[in-house]
Amino acid sequence: MKHTLKNVFHSPRFLVGFIIFMTILLTVLIYPYFVTRDPLQGLGKGFLSPGTYVSVYDANNTGTYRVELPEADDNRLESSLPVKDRQTMLDYLKAMGADVTGLDTSNENFHQLIEVWKANYSDADAKAKKYEGFSTQAKRNELRRLNNRLSTDVSVPMSVTKGEGDSATVSTVATSDYVKVTEVANAITLPLGTDNFGRDTLTELVKATGISLLVGLLAGSIATSLGLLIGLLAGYIGGVVDDILMFICNIFTVIPGFVLLILIYSALGTNSRSITTCAIIIGITSWVWTARSVRSQVISLRNRDHVNLSKLSGHSLGRIVLTDILPYIASYVVMAFILQVSSGILAEAQLSMLGLGPNPNELPTLGLMMNWSKLFGAYTSSNAWWAYFPVILVIALISFSLNLMNTGLDQVFNPTLRD
Amino acid sequence: MTKGMLKYFKKKIFWFVITFIAAVILNFILPRLMPGDPVNAIVGKNISPGATQEQVQEQMAYYSHQFGLDKSLLGQFWDFVKNAAKGTFGVSYSQYPRLVSDIIGSSIWWTVALQLPAILVGWLLGNLLGAVAAYKRGIWDKGLMPLTLFFSAIPAFGAAVILLVIFAVGLGWAPVNGAYDPGMIPSFSWKFIASVISHYQLPFWSIVLISIGGQAVGMRSMSIYELNADYVKYSRFLGIKDKKIVRYVFRNAMLPQVTGLAMSIGSMVGGALVAETIFSYPGLGMSMYAAINSSDYPVISACTLIITIMVLIASFLLDIIYAFIDPRVKAAQFD
Repeated sequence: MKHTLKNVFHSPRFLVGFIIFMTILLTVLIYPYFVTRDPLQGLGKGFLSPGTYVSVYDANNTGTYRVELPEADDNRLESSLPVKDRQTMLDYLKAMGADVTGLDTSNENFHQLIEVWKANYSDADAKAKKYEGFSTQAKRNELRRLNNRLSTDVSVPMSVTKGEGDSATVSTVATSDYVKVTEVANAITLPLGTDNFGRDTLTELVKATGISLLVGLLAGSIATSLGLLIGLLAGYIGGVVDDILMFICNIFTVIPGFVLLILIYSALGTNSRSITTCAIIIGITSWVWTARSVRSQVISLRNRDHVNLSKLSGHSLGRIVLTDILPYIASYVVMAFILQVSSGILAEAQLSMLGLGPNPNELPTLGLMMNWSKLFGAYTSSNAWWAYFPVILVIALISFSLNLMNTGLDQVFNPTLRD
Repeated sequence: MTKGMLKYFKKKIFWFVITFIAAVILNFILPRLMPGDPVNAIVGKNISPGATQEQVQEQMAYYSHQFGLDKSLLGQFWDFVKNAAKGTFGVSYSQYPRLVSDIIGSSIWWTVALQLPAILVGWLLGNLLGAVAAYKRGIWDKGLMPLTLFFSAIPAFGAAVILLVIFAVGLGWAPVNGAYDPGMIPSFSWKFIASVISHYQLPFWSIVLISIGGQAVGMRSMSIYELNADYVKYSRFLGIKDKKIVRYVFRNAMLPQVTGLAMSIGSMVGGALVAETIFSYPGLGMSMYAAINSSDYPVISACTLIITIMVLIASFLLDIIYAFIDPRVKAAQFD
């Protein structure tokens, strides 16, 4: 036993898979101690992109420091009117035949560009005439939006006013005033932004990974133990028991497990679909291949000398199975278990994508997160990669690590496959 | 055909029929276990707000009769079998009075035309890759195999989403959803065919990509196993050319992969159906998705039954092909 374990951990594939899997597992276990927020709590409305969010109100009331950044002015100009927009303005001015000599998109000529723009541009003009390169409706709408932003956004240093309606200036904010993010009363860092419900995606993802692993482990355990039990019974006892069990097996083999899952699941209705029922149902629809392989291995073991010897010695059925048969198929069962866990996680995700997942109001799962990002247009209209890409990556990493462990074990137990 | 072969086919057909019956029964029973009454839902949707109690009762009775829900369970089962045999599968609840067969008839060909070629191409490419990795070893094996293993770990819907975001939303090379331009009417014009082809690309490659990985990994281990077999060593001693040996090796390694194809069609169909919903490809997956969301149980039953039958036929055909190409199986099964 000790020797086998040592061999297993010497296999580089197994080791890499094991490390990835343990990293995911440890993150799931440790993360909640650092971020105690409820994973389903909505923090805002809709998708927020990843980043640190600082309350504007609190930032105003936080002590300021004087910081002289050399490129502060350039950055400010750039963020209020990106170079891309300046190019659009320049192109439009050129197209309408205005005098653009000496103008470019650089920061030095920024104010000049704005002046020329204001002198030449009018909404009515942009609407009426189709200048070259700006003939489509979308292009002209873009111009109008740009102009609206210019008249409101590009502002000079602001002053802080006291309360509503009271315009007395309390203090003036200089361009070199900075606040320290940690001193602002309300600031939050969202490494993966928020999802469509405004939930912190990272916290939700960690919780969902935990739940999905649990579903996988439970489904895998059920499938493997059912498969093992049925395989052992069919293989060792044989006769009528074998015939009946194999009959059931054959039926389950040909009806795709996924179809069976959909049928059972739609029969349940959303409210009775808890995480546990989900895992149990995945478990009882995916034991077939394990049962078949266990059976064929048990049949070949059944007539070996050491088993016959045990029988002659009058050992009980349980003892023979435990000491003479199980150890020989243990490696296979472990490998089957690993694959079942990974396919259990995948099955949950696929069901959830079809809208058949566990009750969405209780706990997040990886599949539910994928389903939400699909329903709320994260791929297309919102373009919120942070809402789905990390989920796909986690699912892929979990199955990748489990598959690696499996091939590693395969190489250890089947020497012919070794490199 | 020898006597043994006949026996083999008889046995296969027997199992085919038994499984088919079991699938029909499961398809009938499971949706009827669900809580809630479909008649309630449809009456609630269609009735005018000021209807009296009698009118509601009358409507309920009407729809119960239309759906055959006023009969005994055995009677309902008989209806179900009759409708399935006729090929109509009864009426849809959510799109009443449309026939289920009408809904499915318009979607099944999209699924077949998408998935069958995709699964086969993925299988061929995967096996080729696995065989090359096993034979060449070195960089092919060390570099490519972990990569393939990682790609095979990406779920079907994940690959679909990534392809969609990169090529359709980001680069704009392919349309975002559907099977053809929504402004077109299906016809045999070049324009329509071109539209279908451009919509076909992303769903197709997403299925191909994910099936390559698993097949390559399997083929690689089988090929390595065969390359180390005694007959290969013996042939090398005899001085037979490598080219000739390799041909035998890969033929032998392919055999389990053929059964692998039969087995994986069942599981691949599930994943590919989910991929369909991502591209809103109007196949069976989409029909099923819509039916699930509107609790349209006759449509769900019919979809699952048809998928089961398709998988049954595919694995039955593959079993037969397998028996013909593997002399060992022929010897074992036919005699």
